Amino acid sequence: MTTASCSVAGLKVQLDRAGPDVVDEISFEVFPGEILALVGESGSGKTTVGTALLAHARRGARIVAGTVDIDGTELLGQPVAVSRKRRGSVVAYVPQDPAASLNPVLRVGYQIREVLDVHESGTPAQRDERVREVLAEVALPSDEEFLRRYPHQLSGGQAQRVVIAMAFALRPKVLVLDEPTTGLDVTNQAHVLETVRDLCQRHKVAAVYVTHDLAVVGELAHRVAVLYAGQIVEIGTKEEIFAAPSHPYTRALLAAVPSVTEPRVLTGIAGHAPSPGHRPSGCRFHDRCEYQQSECAEVEPPVIEVSGLLSRCLRAEHVRAQPNAVPMAAPAAECDATDTVLEVAGLSASYGRVEILHDIDISVPRNGCVALVGESGSGKSTLSRCIGGLHDEWTGSILFEGQPVPAGARKRTPQLRKSIQYVFQNPYLALNPRMTVGEIIRRPVILFGLAKGADAEKRVLELLDQVSLPRSAKGLLPVRLSGGERQRVAIARALACEPEVLICDEVTSALDVSVQASIIALLDDLRQTRGLSMLFVTHNLALVRSIATRTVVLEDGRIVEDGPTERVLDTPEADYTKTLLANTPRMATG
Amino acid sequence: MNGSWSRAFRVSLRYPRTWAGLVLTGVIAVVALLGPLLAPHGPNDIVGRPYAKPGGKAAFGTDYLGQDVLSRLLEGGFSVLVTAVLATVLGMVVGVVAGLVAGYAKGWLDEVIMRLTDVVLAFPQIVLALVLLTVAGPQQWLIIVIVGLSHAPRVARLTRGMTTTLATREFIQSAEAMGEPRGRIMFGELLPNMSGPLLAELGLRLTYSIGLVASIGFLGFVADPRAADWGMMINENRLALLVQPWAILAPVIAIAVLTVGTNLVADGIAAAAANADQNEEASA
Repeated sequence: MTTASCSVAGLKVQLDRAGPDVVDEISFEVFPGEILALVGESGSGKTTVGTALLAHARRGARIVAGTVDIDGTELLGQPVAVSRKRRGSVVAYVPQDPAASLNPVLRVGYQIREVLDVHESGTPAQRDERVREVLAEVALPSDEEFLRRYPHQLSGGQAQRVVIAMAFALRPKVLVLDEPTTGLDVTNQAHVLETVRDLCQRHKVAAVYVTHDLAVVGELAHRVAVLYAGQIVEIGTKEEIFAAPSHPYTRALLAAVPSVTEPRVLTGIAGHAPSPGHRPSGCRFHDRCEYQQSECAEVEPPVIEVSGLLSRCLRAEHVRAQPNAVPMAAPAAECDATDTVLEVAGLSASYGRVEILHDIDISVPRNGCVALVGESGSGKSTLSRCIGGLHDEWTGSILFEGQPVPAGARKRTPQLRKSIQYVFQNPYLALNPRMTVGEIIRRPVILFGLAKGADAEKRVLELLDQVSLPRSAKGLLPVRLSGGERQRVAIARALACEPEVLICDEVTSALDVSVQASIIALLDDLRQTRGLSMLFVTHNLALVRSIATRTVVLEDGRIVEDGPTERVLDTPEADYTKTLLANTPRMATG
Repeated sequence: MNGSWSRAFRVSLRYPRTWAGLVLTGVIAVVALLGPLLAPHGPNDIVGRPYAKPGGKAAFGTDYLGQDVLSRLLEGGFSVLVTAVLATVLGMVVGVVAGLVAGYAKGWLDEVIMRLTDVVLAFPQIVLALVLLTVAGPQQWLIIVIVGLSHAPRVARLTRGMTTTLATREFIQSAEAMGEPRGRIMFGELLPNMSGPLLAELGLRLTYSIGLVASIGFLGFVADPRAADWGMMINENRLALLVQPWAILAPVIAIAVLTVGTNLVADGIAAAAANADQNEEASA
């Protein structure tokens, strides 16, 4: 058996001044040519582990224990000068946001070459040669024109491949990739993943791929380590873990992932992940776990081996034996396609002189959910903003219950403004940070004259119940809430208007999968119980399968496909839809 | 929305400098407000020969007419403090409203308001004040208006800057989509989000107001030339700096302590606001 390129043992990172630990008892090995996925949700410590492999801890944190052995030499506890030499040459890092990791005022060629210059590899002529070579490896042009470009002249996918080229420039033994495809469209993502897989295999590089996206893991990784609250709760081969996870958290996480091939009912995980310093005793997952026993709260579970998997669960055997069945959505309640609540006809929208949308026709049936799918730049957000009254440079017509809807919210009647509600993408920006949750939800109730005084207060509490937030949240400022909770407040604010149509603009893209699952479940429930109609804007085709009755695909401001969700996803007609589907990563569950 | 202002202030109390500033400002404020009641003599009583050294009936000596420096010090703070505070409040209100309207309305209204502020900014504050006072004659209300309005453009710029950034946030768009009245968006949604920086600006503007009001007094633009005024006291007695320094030092120290105090408070609030923003960003 070959020796590991990278072996980590007992790694512990703490906040300064003997503060709480961010990650603890992290041990794993990665072999040459192997890709280990480090999976976790926000706050799990996955990025901390990733950067620790480069002997780096972010400001305010310190690596206090453990060893990181890369290619036979210890990396931790070395003088800064030594670890700097190793960074980039022996172990390289690909950060999340390529736009932020390239210097905007330096040319691409110079930046790649800089890596070689700093590490003084070869002669200058060899360095130039190597720059071209490595660009070719990541399938980018290596001509003078490209080398002389500035980062803003690259697309998102190209920028990320330049960063990957920089990481591979010195043929490192170990590569740490921190969610390198998060900001990318599926097509670009597919290309980047392909490149990474190919290069790792070809050059026998061991890769640690930090991500929250299990579908990407399914596509790329050989082995998976699941991180929860700063500990690895389960580690094993991808096939083993996806087929029969032995830790309840992994199970719950897998149940939360939408699939492009089947209409899963997504289940979120109750409660939220504890932050450093607030982690429970015993098993860190016990308070959210459905397999919990009394001893789980007291005994810190040791790492045990369950037929090939390493698991940190006292009941791993039992959990593993559970059938791995994800409930499927009942065929979407047939909604009367002739009963149209919202109709868009011949809509063309522009920003200044540039026309973004061309001749769009869409109809949203009452109680239905229409998904609007496309990559960035397809115009899907512009369309939803036109309907929501946030963008008023358009021609054509929008009819709500047969009645024409003017452009721009201010020109609309209160009745129309109340009936069409918009939920924003980023819950961190969508709530006024200076208003309490109660004030935020009460405002539309008062504004539209739906209730007054004590009745309005009662309504606020009802709405909090409806979106499953504790009533005590009423007095809190948004800062005190997690992303999912904030999105629930935003949904409650929309519901407070008693709307007919809810426009959801990428409402889950800023959230973790388990949180996304619970928000989707909430929206679906609201649609069915309150008879809401929804326009669900997303780039995630898998999500569409779980929520939408009808799917509309947009490419460059035109509709290329429109039909019932199942038909569109199973037998796509447009080439663009086929490409999108082919590039959507899937988890091959057993 | 009241909450955000008091919260911004409360957070600033974690900084020792805020406390120090509050103490210094408080001491001078007490002197200025209660002074007239405690003064041993009337401000225009002649208690001895001019420029008498401290001692006897006059604890800080006498001034150029033989009036009691201590009594005039206690009398003369009130007008400086009240004028400065009123001018600051006026300048803040006008500036904040102008900045909010300009930043939120955009378009021609923004142009008009901001070009107007450019015109006012082109004049040095003190020159502008002197020109107008010379034309209209020194009157207390006019000093308040002039000092206040000379602050407004700077406050308007700050407010406009914050407004344009905040107005792109999604919570403002959400209010727009619901048809929230524009006035409410400006004062109910946007304004509370500026509480920290605006409070800091208030402290800073108060500091400048005090300096400006004292300077105007020093240059002799006071409604009643016989009345006690810290700024004018410095001017009246400046010839005898070496003979009877207390006649000058007393009002100078009073003004210095007051401005250092208000500046420290402003500094504390600014630091707290900057930190709060960082925390919010971190959680986002």
